[in-house]
Amino acid sequence: MKNENSRRSFIKNISLATFSALALSGCNTKAFDDFLQQNFKTLSKKEKDIIIKNLGIKYKEKYGKEFHISDKPAIDGTLFGYALDLSRCVGCRRCVYACVKENNQSREPQIHWIEVLQMEKERGIDFAHSTAQYNPEKVPEKGYFYVPVQCQQCKNPPCVKVCPVKATWQEPDGITVIDYNWCIGCRYCMAACPYGARHFNWGEPDVPVEELNTEVHYLGNRPRMKGVVEKCTFCIQRTREGKYPACVEICPVGARKFGNLLDPDSEIRYILENKRVLILKQELNTQPKFYYFFGI
Amino acid sequence: MKDNFYENIKVSVILTSLYLVLLSGCKNKESDTIELNKVNTENEVSIGTAQTNDYAVEAPPFSDGIFPCTDCHKNLIPNPVRRVLVDWHDDISAMFNHDSENRWCLDCHDLKNRDSLRLASGKLLDFKESYKLCGQCHGEKYRDWKVGVHGQRTGEWNGKKEYLLCVNCHNPHSPKFRELTPEAPPIMQEDIK
Ligand code: SF4
Ligand code: SF4
Repeated sequence: MKNENSRRSFIKNISLATFSALALSGCNTKAFDDFLQQNFKTLSKKEKDIIIKNLGIKYKEKYGKEFHISDKPAIDGTLFGYALDLSRCVGCRRCVYACVKENNQSREPQIHWIEVLQMEKERGIDFAHSTAQYNPEKVPEKGYFYVPVQCQQCKNPPCVKVCPVKATWQEPDGITVIDYNWCIGCRYCMAACPYGARHFNWGEPDVPVEELNTEVHYLGNRPRMKGVVEKCTFCIQRTREGKYPACVEICPVGARKFGNLLDPDSEIRYILENKRVLILKQELNTQPKFYYFFGI
Repeated sequence: MKDNFYENIKVSVILTSLYLVLLSGCKNKESDTIELNKVNTENEVSIGTAQTNDYAVEAPPFSDGIFPCTDCHKNLIPNPVRRVLVDWHDDISAMFNHDSENRWCLDCHDLKNRDSLRLASGKLLDFKESYKLCGQCHGEKYRDWKVGVHGQRTGEWNGKKEYLLCVNCHNPHSPKFRELTPEAPPIMQEDIK
């Protein structure tokens, strides 16, 4: 508590100094508000509402579109889990681009939250000999199988541990989120993630205005800015409303499954109980909630 | 006294018949609503599973103008002899690849009721329930499908799930999945500017 206080007063002092500097330089107060904004996790409902309202105005100015920004908290009694059927995935990458669209990922410079790796059947799961660059006429190619990789929503996430400013944390429903306004872009989390699931906005993200998804969550797919890290959130804006993630719905072979690990009647529990399941890099004790299975 | 007695009987007869009419009226109404429901759900079939959930199923993907089959078949004399079709449905003959050595049309389609499918038991089946026909042989897949694990999943993870029929993804006459053209690969790291 004391720490927090001294941090606060420190920030206050600094901000006073900055404010005078800003006032002198004639910068607008909105940037100043942004600068003073606290970590989203520590805000009261009222403060969140104000921030979200202002963000809506900002988006409207920037993109000329009305955004619906949600900050819906986790649903009680849910812990999300995901399962991907390795015996079905054909490597078509429909999921990659459905995700890009749903989650407003930058087209240029390109950011993909899902990476589909092609692996040789003879070698089994072997990251060193895999490629994401495969590009034949038709998939699946003979002798290969496909392993789509995205954030594994670890129960024991190293990315959260290393963040020096606590800009990323695990929510009660198991989704690890990022407060883009609090992220300082140090990229420690990218170095810590063993799955390459985190991506950095090296440039100003570019999404064609007509392709913007305006149904967004504050901790998820809202438009990001240059200099922050982002990653898959199990489509937090959809799943907290009861919908399936976009990648689940698009997959033409039905390889992707999603549900509540705490519900014994869910699809995901059925898979864990009845199918042969594996997790990636088990030896690292990250404890992913993203399971791979063999449906056949 | 006597008159009064007859009067009473008359009244009770009238009352009873009124009551009967009312009853039957209600009954008519009831069956009307059932009929309505049927019409409403023409493109959606509800199936009960172990969890007694009702799932919506997409309509069967008929090619344009092919259904009802009786439109043409009512003028034809049924021929139960197994053969390769050449004059009509030759496209299906050409692609047929579904244990084709042992099976042909009438293993799934009914000889007399062309608008129905037919289980091995001889029981007739609506096209909207074709998953039961597939489930005869593919029991394991049928089981997984019912719990939502086999097949494309849409709808709500904690609410109403939307189901596709087997034939919405697998061509029943050639069920093996066709190859797909992949979307573009990601930009190589060294090409990012
Ligand atoms: S859409 Fe489905 S089949 Fe295609 S790459 Fe993604 S998981 Fe695999
Ligand atoms: S996969 Fe990477 S980004 Fe996702 S929770 Fe685990 S460590 Fe964090």
